[in-house]
Amino acid sequence: MAVDLPDNVVVTKLDELASWCRKNSLWPMPFATACCGIELMATGASKYDLARFGAEVFRFSPRQCDLMIVAGRVVMKMLPVLQRIWQQMPEPKWCISMGACASTGGVFDTYCVVQGVDRFLPVDMYIPGCPPRPEQLIQAIIDLQDKIQREGTIFGAEFKQTQRQQAKRALIELPVIGQASEFRAAQS
Amino acid sequence: MLTRPAVITALTQQFAGLTVSEFRGDTRLVAPREQAFAVLEQLKFAHGFDLLVDVTCVDYLNAREATDRFGLVYLLANTVENDRLTVRVFLNEPELTVPSMVPLWEGANWLEREVYDMFGITFAGHPDLRRILLPDEFAAYPLRKDYPLRGRGERHNFPVLRRDQA
Repeated sequence: MAVDLPDNVVVTKLDELASWCRKNSLWPMPFATACCGIELMATGASKYDLARFGAEVFRFSPRQCDLMIVAGRVVMKMLPVLQRIWQQMPEPKWCISMGACASTGGVFDTYCVVQGVDRFLPVDMYIPGCPPRPEQLIQAIIDLQDKIQREGTIFGAEFKQTQRQQAKRALIELPVIGQASEFRAAQS
Repeated sequence: MLTRPAVITALTQQFAGLTVSEFRGDTRLVAPREQAFAVLEQLKFAHGFDLLVDVTCVDYLNAREATDRFGLVYLLANTVENDRLTVRVFLNEPELTVPSMVPLWEGANWLEREVYDMFGITFAGHPDLRRILLPDEFAAYPLRKDYPLRGRGERHNFPVLRRDQA
């Protein structure tokens, strides 16, 4: 049975509608701890103009954000802060690991620098580069928008913690290097 | 910068165990651990070294021609006479305790906390001897030469915060 629709009516799925709304209004949380933060600022400024892609509203309160951009190296003492900010962001939320340091530790292969934030946060996009150019960050945001459109559901089933963490290989497969028994003992 | 000879001669006459040397125009002075506080006290009150520029430490593990494990370094300055002086105190395990210099210079507070944080040298009489750079849970002293550059796994084994802990 054919139904005549007027020209100003669009039919879609509810999931896709929710994803479409989410992907075009990303509010980034700039967690800028190093020189990647300068490129992040340049991306938001007029020359590269992140506003063209609907993600220019940088908020410095985690409760208003849904896109964490970890820009720069994270040391052990900063890690609880990063985790707390991440946990305070409301769902649905995504994470971009910007630059070599946030993704792998970069050249800072020392005792106190976290070797990749993906061990502690579920990262959606990794951006290589030291620091990455603004074009790379914009590309990552566009790719993330594609991912949100592709995977999103209106009730946020894709954010179920266990499923989500199983999907993040790095959280499981990274080997624990060395022994930290004394460190663990001090924790408890 | 060379220290005025009068200061050095007065000090060496007062304290027996001091060693004085010069290197590229800087005067260096090695004091035994027991005399450290008295020497620095004398330097401050009798010779006008009113500024403690830095307190730092060197680990001489496996260093050539080194006889002691740790060299604690006090960099002093006299802002009136424009004098500078380096005072070293050599330490060996297990006696890694020196008197705190906070009673003499308030600025020694954070400097000594940093040395404690990185080398594990304790300062007797320090008002607030906690770690200053590393997290309190950290159990090692990372600037010691026998500590591996990449750590003992502390950077990977940090606890992951849950939602209800945030």
